[in-house]
Amino acid sequence: MKLFGKTRELIQEIEVFYDTIAQAALVCKTGIDFFLDRDTERLTERVHEMNDLENQADTLRRSIERKLYSRMLIPDVRGDVLGLLEASDNVIDWAKKLLTAMDIERPQIPDSLLKEFRELNEASYKAMDEMVKAARCYFYETEMVNDHINKVYFFEHEADKIEDQIKRKAFRSDEFTELSRRVQMRYFAERVANLSDQAENVGNRLAIAAIKRSI
Amino acid sequence: MFATLFFLSSGLFLGWSLGANDAANVFGTAVGTKMVRFRTAALISSLFVILGAVIAGHGTTETLGQLGSINALAGAFTAAFSAAISVLTMTRLRLPVSTSQAIIGAIVGWNIFAGKPTDLSVLSKIVGTWVLCPILAGLIAMGVYFVTQRLIVKWRVHLFMMDAWTRLGLVVVGAFGAYSLGANNIANVMGVFVPVTPFPDLRVDGHIWLTGTELLFLVGGIAIAAGVCTYSHRVMQTVGAELFRLSPVTALIVVLASGLVLFIFASQNLEQALHSLGLPALPLVPVSSSQAVVGAVLGIGIMKGVHNIRYIVLGKICLGWVVTPLAAGLVCWVLLFFMQNVFMQIVAR
Repeated sequence: MKLFGKTRELIQEIEVFYDTIAQAALVCKTGIDFFLDRDTERLTERVHEMNDLENQADTLRRSIERKLYSRMLIPDVRGDVLGLLEASDNVIDWAKKLLTAMDIERPQIPDSLLKEFRELNEASYKAMDEMVKAARCYFYETEMVNDHINKVYFFEHEADKIEDQIKRKAFRSDEFTELSRRVQMRYFAERVANLSDQAENVGNRLAIAAIKRSI
Repeated sequence: MFATLFFLSSGLFLGWSLGANDAANVFGTAVGTKMVRFRTAALISSLFVILGAVIAGHGTTETLGQLGSINALAGAFTAAFSAAISVLTMTRLRLPVSTSQAIIGAIVGWNIFAGKPTDLSVLSKIVGTWVLCPILAGLIAMGVYFVTQRLIVKWRVHLFMMDAWTRLGLVVVGAFGAYSLGANNIANVMGVFVPVTPFPDLRVDGHIWLTGTELLFLVGGIAIAAGVCTYSHRVMQTVGAELFRLSPVTALIVVLASGLVLFIFASQNLEQALHSLGLPALPLVPVSSSQAVVGAVLGIGIMKGVHNIRYIVLGKICLGWVVTPLAAGLVCWVLLFFMQNVFMQIVAR
C-alpha cells in the first residue's frame, strides 16, 4: 500500500479536471475556427465533444468536492479551492453554451468581421489557456501564479478591445442593414469575449488564494 | 492507606489540571485547525505523556527538590492543592496558565510558612528559564519556519500532499510534544511528593521494574491523561486561534519548537552529552509549555509581520503568568495555616 494513496488519487483527479478544462478551451477555439471557415459539420462534432467534456468536468468537480468535505482536507484553504473549481467549471459551461448557440443559430458572419472574430477567438482562448496554467501553479508553486494571471488579464483586455471593434463595425457596416443581424453579431462577440471574462474571474480568485496559501 | 491516597489526591488534581490546560499546547493548534481529531489527539497525548513522565521525569524533579524539599505529606498535599486551585481558576477563565509557575509559587509559600530558606540561586535559575523558555522557543520556531518555507518552494510540494504530510507531522510531533510535556512537567505534579513517596519499588522476579518515584510519576501521568481526555477540548480552541491565526504548517512548527524546548530543559541524557563535549548545558527545570507555545507563536508572528498578533490576548496571558505564582503562594500559605491549626496536621518537620 502506497503512503498517502488516497491523496495521490485526489491530486490526479485535480490534474484530470484541469486537463479537461484545457481540452475544452481548445475544442471551443477550433469549433469557432471551423465555423468561421464555414465548416458546420466539424462544428457540430466539436459541440458533441464539448458536451462530453463538460459532463466529465462536472463529474470530476463533484467528486473532488465530496472528497474534500468527507475527509476534512485542507481545512484552511478548502473554501478557496472549492470556489476555484466552481469558477473554472463556469468557463467550460460558457464555452459549451457558446458553441451550442453557434451551432443552432449559425450566424452569418460577414467577411468584413471574419478577421476580428478570429482575433477575438484567439484572445479568449489564450486567456483560458493561461488561466489553466495559473490554476495548476496554485497547487504546486504559488510564486508562478501571478505570472500567468497577468497574461490572463492581458488577453482579456485584448479581447475587450476586439469585442468593441466588432460591435462598432457591426452597427456601422454597410455590408448588411438588418438590425437583427447587427444584434446577432454583437451577441456573439459578447459571448466569445465572455470566455476571457470568465477566465479573468478565475484569475482574480487565484490572486487572493495564492496570497492566502503562503504558510 | 486511605490517608495516603487522600494526601496524594491534590497532586492528582494538579495533574488533571495540567492535562486539562497544557494538552492544548501540544494539540490545540492541530485540533483547532481541524487537522487532527480531538479523539486522536487525546489518545496520543495520554499515552506519550505517561511515557515521558515515567522514563524522563527525574531531571526536573531533582531541581524542584533543591528549591524546597517538602518533608511532610500534609504539606506536600497543601502545596499541590494550592497550585491546582490556581491553575483551575485560570483555566476556567480560559487563559493558558503555567502549572510550573503555580507549583513554584506554592513551594515558596511552603518555605515561608515552614521557616525554611529558599535557595535563591535555584529560584533565580528557575525564574531565568521563565524568560529563556519563550525566547528559545521563538528562535527555534523562526529558524524552522525559515527553512520550511524555502523547502516547500524548492520541492514544489502539492497542496494536498502538504496537507497529508502536515497531518502526519502533527501526530508525530504531537507525540513528541506530549512526551516532553510529561518529562518536563511531571515534577510540577508529583515533585513535591517525591521526598515522602508512599510507594515501594515494584519488583518483578527480584528485579526493580519501577522505583517508588517512577510509580509516583506513573500515577501522576495517569492523572494528566485523565485531564487531557476530560477537559482539554475547551481550552484547545484558545491557543493559536485567538492569539494568532495559524495555518496547519505553522501549527506544526509551533508544537515542534515548544516540544524541543521542553525536551531540552528535561533531558538528562542531553545534559550529559553536552557536558561530555565540554559544552554548557541548560538547567533541568520544569518550564511552562504555555510560555513555550506563546514564544513560538510570537516568533512566527515576527516572521510574518507583527501586525497580525492580537496584543490584548497576549497581555492577558502575560498577566496570568504574574498573578498565578503570587496567588498560588498566598493560597498555599493560608491553606497551610488551616491544615496545621484547624486540621492539626503536620505540614512541616
